[in-house]
Amino acid sequence: MSSSRRSTIIVEHLRRQQMWDSLARGKRLDGRDFNEQRPLEIEVNVIKKANGSARVKLGDSEVIAGVKVETGEPFEGLENKGALIVSAEVLPTASPHAEPGPPDEEVIELARVVDRGIRESEMIDLEKLVLVPGKIVYTIFVDCSVTNADGNLFDATSYAVVTSLLTAKLPILEMQEGKVVDTGKTQPMPVTTVPVSITAARIGDYVLLDPSSEEEGCMDARITIDTADEGFCAIQKGSTGSFTVEQLKKAAETARIKGEEVRARLKELARNG
Amino acid sequence: MTQTRNLIDENGKRTDGRGIDDLREVKITVGTVKNADGSAFIEFGKNKILAAVYGPREVHPKHMAQSDRCVLRCRYHMSPFSTDTRKSPAPSRREVEISKVMREALEPAVMLEDYPRAAIDVFVEVLQSDGGSRCAGITAASVALADAGINMRDLVAACAAGKVDEKIVLDINDTEDKEGGADMPVAYMPRLEQVTLLQLDGNLTSNQFNECIDKAVGGCKMVYEIQKQALMQKYFGNETELKEEQQ
Repeated sequence: MSSSRRSTIIVEHLRRQQMWDSLARGKRLDGRDFNEQRPLEIEVNVIKKANGSARVKLGDSEVIAGVKVETGEPFEGLENKGALIVSAEVLPTASPHAEPGPPDEEVIELARVVDRGIRESEMIDLEKLVLVPGKIVYTIFVDCSVTNADGNLFDATSYAVVTSLLTAKLPILEMQEGKVVDTGKTQPMPVTTVPVSITAARIGDYVLLDPSSEEEGCMDARITIDTADEGFCAIQKGSTGSFTVEQLKKAAETARIKGEEVRARLKELARNG
Repeated sequence: MTQTRNLIDENGKRTDGRGIDDLREVKITVGTVKNADGSAFIEFGKNKILAAVYGPREVHPKHMAQSDRCVLRCRYHMSPFSTDTRKSPAPSRREVEISKVMREALEPAVMLEDYPRAAIDVFVEVLQSDGGSRCAGITAASVALADAGINMRDLVAACAAGKVDEKIVLDINDTEDKEGGADMPVAYMPRLEQVTLLQLDGNLTSNQFNECIDKAVGGCKMVYEIQKQALMQKYFGNETELKEEQQ
């Protein structure tokens, strides 16, 4: 059952006051502007055993994503499409509040929101991942592990999934006498577009891009907006507060503009990786 | 989501005969669960959803209690017989996520600070589903909270808008959800003008996004009137009609 017990870090009263004062002066506590993301560092192909992988650092939030390609039956109702499954996990290493065990609702939300952004953008052309129509298809797993949590895991995880897919090498499989055979050759993933997730937090009347965990501890509400080449593909409002329609429209516009910048970065990285 | 067939015919009618700005038929009955402190039954198109509220009451386990405010707990659940193919009764990841966004959609309306150390439990059971069950569930849950006499800032009304055949339509049904271009559920507090839930899956351009959110908020305002009417009906019965005549 979903409960309203607070799960973000608790920010001391004085620190909270400091943050309010700072925001009133137009600066965030770490010196960033409201629309400024933390430095984004991406390293690809860090796991040699995986078909594709990426390590993303967004500020101090750190996520590793790995792509594993297998074969299996298609999903019901999607007989002529390959399967793409994105999952996410916050490792016990990530923060003093993270614990081993089954995922709690925050982690389930994280995994589902990241998965939705990738799925709805139709980033991967799944129709190209069929071996025997209706029977055998490629099943692409993208598993993410958050190794250090410092806020905005949504964007960090999404960037890790996108870059690992962009740089993954898909093994070319063939059917021989009813069996799946690995030809030993690889090809790039059939990518159609590059989705970019942009998350903002509202603290009072201020809407801040890419919140740190300290800012998440003070936030009233959160919004995650995914854009693809053509427009918006997924949105999720989170946390217990609310937004006005104007704030949402403005956030959507910011996400579109910022999304373009990040998309250019990710594409460039994929070319060099 | 790629669309395979036309869902709006040449007369502008949708699969269930509605126009693009029409809400499905909504009927709310207040106080249908005797034992609960507050309850509501909603029929939203073919959705049939029961919401029951227990509380404020003691928190178990006790360590979950908050000294300065109440704990709101929410469970969204679909009955095994509510869908085309049987749904396992165990809570799915989808239900866990919806329970969470539902609680976050209701919480801004509830004056939690009025009930320190207590818990309010909201149970939403989908008996028959027809697309947009989270919106219908939030709408019913908010009426059930009001019926339980919980202090609230506003009612939370919810309604989805979406894209079908490149047109923005109000309140999309099951078929349109599965085959259409986009689905955007919105929950809104009309008196406070605050959006408490916003989700989207499917593709929208900037202009479509703005149109979609405005349309969904408009739908929420229609649902809000039905919620108020349902509560008036229970607590004032025929007096409501009298009042309307006087106005």
